[in-house]
Amino acid sequence: MVQKLDMLKESPSQTAGPYVHIGLTPNWCDITGVYPEDLGRTMVGLQAKGERIVVTGRVLDGSGTPLEDALIEIWQADAAGLHNSPIEKRGKADPHFTGWGRQPTDGATGEYRFETIKPGRVPYVDGRPMAPHIIFWIVARGINIGLHTRMYFADEETANAECPVLARIEHRSRVPTLIARRMEEDGRAVYTFDIRLQGENETVFFDV
Amino acid sequence: MSDQGSFFQRDRSWHPPAFTPQYKTSVLRSPQFALLSLENTVSEMTGPHFGHSQLGPLDNDLIRNYMQTGEPIGQRIVVHGRVLDENAKPVPGVLLEFWQANAGGRYRHKKEAYLAPLDPNFGGCGRTITDEEGRYRFRTVKPGAYPWPNGVNDWRPAHIHFSIFGHAFTQRLITQMYFEGDPMIWQCPIVSTIPDRNAVERLVAALDRNNTLPMDALAYKFDIVLRGRRSTFFENRMEGN
Ligand SMILES: [Fe+2]
Repeated sequence: MVQKLDMLKESPSQTAGPYVHIGLTPNWCDITGVYPEDLGRTMVGLQAKGERIVVTGRVLDGSGTPLEDALIEIWQADAAGLHNSPIEKRGKADPHFTGWGRQPTDGATGEYRFETIKPGRVPYVDGRPMAPHIIFWIVARGINIGLHTRMYFADEETANAECPVLARIEHRSRVPTLIARRMEEDGRAVYTFDIRLQGENETVFFDV
Repeated sequence: MSDQGSFFQRDRSWHPPAFTPQYKTSVLRSPQFALLSLENTVSEMTGPHFGHSQLGPLDNDLIRNYMQTGEPIGQRIVVHGRVLDENAKPVPGVLLEFWQANAGGRYRHKKEAYLAPLDPNFGGCGRTITDEEGRYRFRTVKPGAYPWPNGVNDWRPAHIHFSIFGHAFTQRLITQMYFEGDPMIWQCPIVSTIPDRNAVERLVAALDRNNTLPMDALAYKFDIVLRGRRSTFFENRMEGN
């Protein structure tokens, strides 16, 4: 016998199920009067610094069908590359930008939509700058443990080319699955980022 | 020494795999490529912070937070416990959000088709934040079991869904709490996505007679464990302190 390590095991994950909205976006699913506003709905304050952008897209299953019951959370740095988090030690983030958003995919079209700002660059573990990116976390019925991925920006070609995380992707044909297309809509940049859970062009998901 | 180090790698053999054919919806929603393992960067080691001031006084009371004409029907229960990390250290300031069916097993959701009736006094959502010792508690009614379309006669055991925010986005977790003594736990295709019976038992709340409210509500104790961090003492990186 040896001494015990006294470590606990993480609680195992279970699917968020089809009714995740009851708990996480109750106002969106018509449970009103309990919370004044769904958490994560508003990310950008009036005085927030940085370029206002829209991030939209769909989550597609292995048959190409959009998920109408998924829930997405995003987490990102502010325009200066700092996170609005007590754990951020590199400086003080913009207090008018939360960095965290939560949106369901639409029950009819399957589209999600975030109004946010374009993030600055954040250092990798060895100090080299990563390209600007947004962390995505996706849960839904049929997803047994939340999926982590990253969205990068098509108009950041130079930064993307030197990003140490994108460089880690062995199968180079899969890199474009993480890069959002840019369009303009009423003078505002709209990035489209579709997430493919399975099949051709399956999105790169991370174990972080 | 502090807890600013990177997080212990997730034990993927302890969690359910993505592809679990007995739970049919997972078949087309499971990635087939291997996940890309990545050291924690500051993007994953940070996370949003939620303060007690963001909560309302009834947020942790599902018996009262949707009341229209009176209190909801059902077995009154208190659910309480602690949020710890893998180093067995309590985690304060954790936002817990929970949702559940009513006592008849019916969810308040537009896509729900089960014939059991809605309870006009029950919404089914609540939230709270752990205190300095990682403790939380909320009051609700015990949810009913319900049938669901998978096999022709599959039923979910009574359960409460939990969403948990640690301090880092990489600790983000959603899971479900089951109730001690329920034989249906061991017949459920969603529970059985978890490969190890010991892991399933970590999700079964114990009936806690000592914390029962006499003449009022039964108590169940449900502890939650989030990923733990290395001590920076052993790491080369000199960030943090
Ligand atoms: Fe459920």
